[in-house]
Order: sequence, then C-alpha cells, then structure tokens
Amino acid sequence: MISVSDVHVTFNPGTPVETRALRGLSLDIPAGEFVTVIGSNGAGKSTMLGVLSGEVFPDTGRIAIDEQDVTRWPTPKRAPLVARVFQDPMAGTCEGLTIEENMALAWSRGHRRGLGRAVTNDLRDIFREKLALLGLGLENRLGDRMGLLSGGQRQAITLVMATLNPMKILLLDEHTAALDPKTAAFVMDLTDRIVQDGKLTTLMVTHSMRQALDHGHRTVMLHEGRVVLDVAGSERKGMKVEDLLHMFEKVRGQQIDDDALLLG
Amino acid sequence: MSLIAFLGAIETGLLFGLVALGVFLSFRVLNFPDLTVDGSLPLGAAVAATLIVLGWNPWIATAMAMLGGAMAGLVTAWLNVRLKILHLLASILTMIALYSVNLRIMGRPNQPLLGEETVFTPLEAFGLPFYVTSLILFFVVALVIKLMLDWFLSSQIGLAMRATGANARMARAQGVRTEAMVLLGMALSNALVALAGALFAQAQGGADVSMGVGVIVVGLAAVIMGEAVMSTRVIILATLACVIGSILYRLAVALALNADFIGLQAQDLKLITALLVVIAMTLPGMRGKFLKRVKA
Repeated sequence: MISVSDVHVTFNPGTPVETRALRGLSLDIPAGEFVTVIGSNGAGKSTMLGVLSGEVFPDTGRIAIDEQDVTRWPTPKRAPLVARVFQDPMAGTCEGLTIEENMALAWSRGHRRGLGRAVTNDLRDIFREKLALLGLGLENRLGDRMGLLSGGQRQAITLVMATLNPMKILLLDEHTAALDPKTAAFVMDLTDRIVQDGKLTTLMVTHSMRQALDHGHRTVMLHEGRVVLDVAGSERKGMKVEDLLHMFEKVRGQQIDDDALLLG
Repeated sequence: MSLIAFLGAIETGLLFGLVALGVFLSFRVLNFPDLTVDGSLPLGAAVAATLIVLGWNPWIATAMAMLGGAMAGLVTAWLNVRLKILHLLASILTMIALYSVNLRIMGRPNQPLLGEETVFTPLEAFGLPFYVTSLILFFVVALVIKLMLDWFLSSQIGLAMRATGANARMARAQGVRTEAMVLLGMALSNALVALAGALFAQAQGGADVSMGVGVIVVGLAAVIMGEAVMSTRVIILATLACVIGSILYRLAVALALNADFIGLQAQDLKLITALLVVIAMTLPGMRGKFLKRVKA
C-alpha cells in the first residue's frame, strides 16, 4: 500500500518564478494495483514521481509505503522499495558501462554492496535467462556497451533491471514517450507482461489518454497539483478518450485547449 | 639518449603512473576534475620525509603519507558534496591550503633525506646500483597498485563508483549513495598521488614544497596518452593505459630534452606538457573535422 497524503511542493518559493507544483496531492494505491496517471504539462506528474522516488522532498504532507513513513528518505535509502524507469532511455542506464554491468548495478538494488566481484558467471547466467525472454537477442551481447543499443532496447533492459529485485512500487515515467510507435507498443506489451507476472504495484505516468485507458486497473488525472479525476472498475471499462475529456471538463468547469492532452 | 636517461625515464614514468591512476579515478571514473593532486603529491613527500627524519620506519612513514593524501581528497570531496562548492574550485581551494600545510609539516620549504633509511635501503644491500633498485621497486609498486585498482573497480562498490561518475541519477535510483562514493573515490585518488610523492621524495633524497607544481597536467597527459595508444574498453586495459601512457610521456620528454638540435631545456618542460595535453585533447575532434572536409 502506497499512501500519499496532502502533499504540497513549491519550487523557488518567494521568487518571481515560484511554482506551486503540488497543492495537496493525495493518492492511495493498494498493493498490486496498476495506476495510470495523466495530466497536462505542469499538472505535477513529474513532481509526484519525484516525491515518490525521493528526489523531491514535500514542504508538507506525508508519503508512506506499507505504513512506513518515507517522506524524508533520500533516493538511495528508498531504492529497496522503489524501482523506476525514466522517460529518457539514456537516463535509466549508464551508456559507458556494459549490459551486464548495468544489470549488476540493478541486481544490487536493495542489497549491501561489498568488495566481491560485481559480475560473476552465476549472475551472467541469470542475466542471459532474463534477457532471452525479451526475444531481442540481447542475451548474446552481455559485454556490449549500453550506448550501442537503441532506445527501445535500452528501455526493455531497464524494465528487466527494475524487476531483478523485489519492490513496493514500480514508477514508469512516460517510458515509451521517446520511442517510435512500433517500439513503444513493444515496450508497453512488455510492461503489461512484467507487471502482471509480478503482480507489481505500478504507477505509470503517460501523456497519452489512449495508453492511460488501455493499460492498468485505474486512471488518475492530475491538474494544478491535485487529483481531479479518479476512475476504476466498471466506470473505467468501456470508457473512451472523449469521455475522459468530457469528465475532465466537467470537473474543472472549463474547456481544455492543451494539445498535449490529446496527443497519442 | 643514454641508457641511464632511458632507465630514468621509465622509472619516473612508473612512479607517475601512480599519479596517472589517481587522476584516472577522479577525472575518468568519478568525472571529477581534481586539482588537489598538485598539493597532495608534495603532502605525501612532506609527511614521509618528516617522519623518516624523526626516525619512523620508512614503510610506515609512506603509509602515513597515503593517509594524509586520502584526507586531502576527503576535504575536496566534502567541500563539493556537502558545501556544494563547484568541484574544480573546491579542489583549487584544497590545493592552495595544502601549500601552507606542507610548509607547516616540514617547518621549512624543504626536507632533505641524506643518509636516512628509506624504502630503498633494504634493496641496496644487494649491491645493485640505485637506478636499478628504484626501477624494481617502482615497477612492483605500480603493478600491485594497478592490480588492486582493477580488483576494486570490478567489485560491487567499484561498479557503484563508476556508475556515480557515469550517471549519478541512475546510480541513486539503484540505491548507490553517490555522495559517499565521491568521498571514497577522491580519498583513494589522492592517497595514490601521495604515495607517489612519498616514494619520489625517498628516491630524490628529499621533499620540496614546490615539487607539486603542474602534477595534475602531467597525470592528465599520461592518462590521455595512454588512451591515445591503446584500447581502454575494459578496466584492466584502462589502468594499464595509465601506466603505459605515463612511461611514454616520460620517454617523449627525455627524447625532446636530449635532442640538442631542438634547443629545448629542462625549464621548458611544463610548457611542453601543457601543449601536449592541449594537442591530445583537441586532436580527436580536429581529425573528425578534417575527415569530413576531405569527404565533402
């Protein structure tokens, strides 16, 4: 159970560029639920991921993971509980390191690191087995530098890396946005498979309403740093992008003219 | 070039290979441009020389010198990660401060080691000439340090350190305490440089407060030269390249100084080194531009 209660975040307070990114965000995610999050630019999606991962500390409010208050835990301390895939394929991996070294880094997430060899033959066998499931032939390229791979290949590996260790929540930050449509579909299929197999508690931020409705169990819309729409179950089933738009307009009592919401 | 000059170049190359390994750790692994080394090399020399004159065992004195270097590295790293001072500036501040510290340690601008027992003394008992004993010792030390560094950088902590320099945000998301890695890496780097200083002082017969001037450029030149002549794709090659680059650099300098017709003298050394680094750093880009023009 992930619990975000009344979180406020203001960037550059008291200056002309003051930004109130989150204004009382509250969201509870039961274990095993796959939540998709949509919202226009500046709605607070990135900041929400920031406070969940520990990159941003809230001004007020509380973040709890399984009753444990983690509000003030920095990212490395929270890493055993939180796995993350970034929007930029470059951000989630080290391009100068090899595939096996990147995977070994993720293998140690949530464990104490020592002076033992980071990449052992036993680990290579495990990595090969995991990569073979992708069907991309990457299992034969363990020693290749990450920088040699395409964006889609890197995102696929990052997803595998995220699931090498147990976690309380998987954060997906528009992780298909930088990919071409065909690769994006592949990565999204892979995501569904991994989330279902592991019954992972997942929060996926996306720019695409279509994607938000087609995947997961529940869809949440952010606006001005708050949850303005929260649909699940039968209400969500059979919902179309237009319905979502209408609901959003009704809730906000205003017309949306942000193209970013309609893209995809 | 005479045999003595040749062996001397290899000897100095091996010794400054330690500096190159230290610079490799800060510049390449941690992506932290660190000028502290200009102060931590004479720091190592000052600590070792002062303790030896006080009657300490030369090996323990050398170990204390490494400890001193590690502390200098920690100060720079701490100024950067805790006080958020720009890394380059943080290292310059430590370097300047070390100048005073080194004068304080020695109590004067230099500390001769004439007739004192040094790490070379046991080797001299075999009756070998000094330029052979120091060559053997520097070779063994450089080899041991290189192998230890290989082992460390392939360990789980070492991998975490490499990730810190390559992509700190990703490293943190994987549970790496990146600030701790910067502190540890900078301590290691400067400990190696101080070790070079301690051995240098014992080989040269004394420590001098000004012996650190331009050490960073020499170390950088060695790293870049090593990368230019061989593949550095895997760690064991990358560390080997540092030592080989350092030797090549010394040989090139010895060659230039020995060729009378060029008219270069010892005092031109730093100027040549700086030019060499500039050329080595810009050459890859220039070559790319040139090739493009040829194709077009």
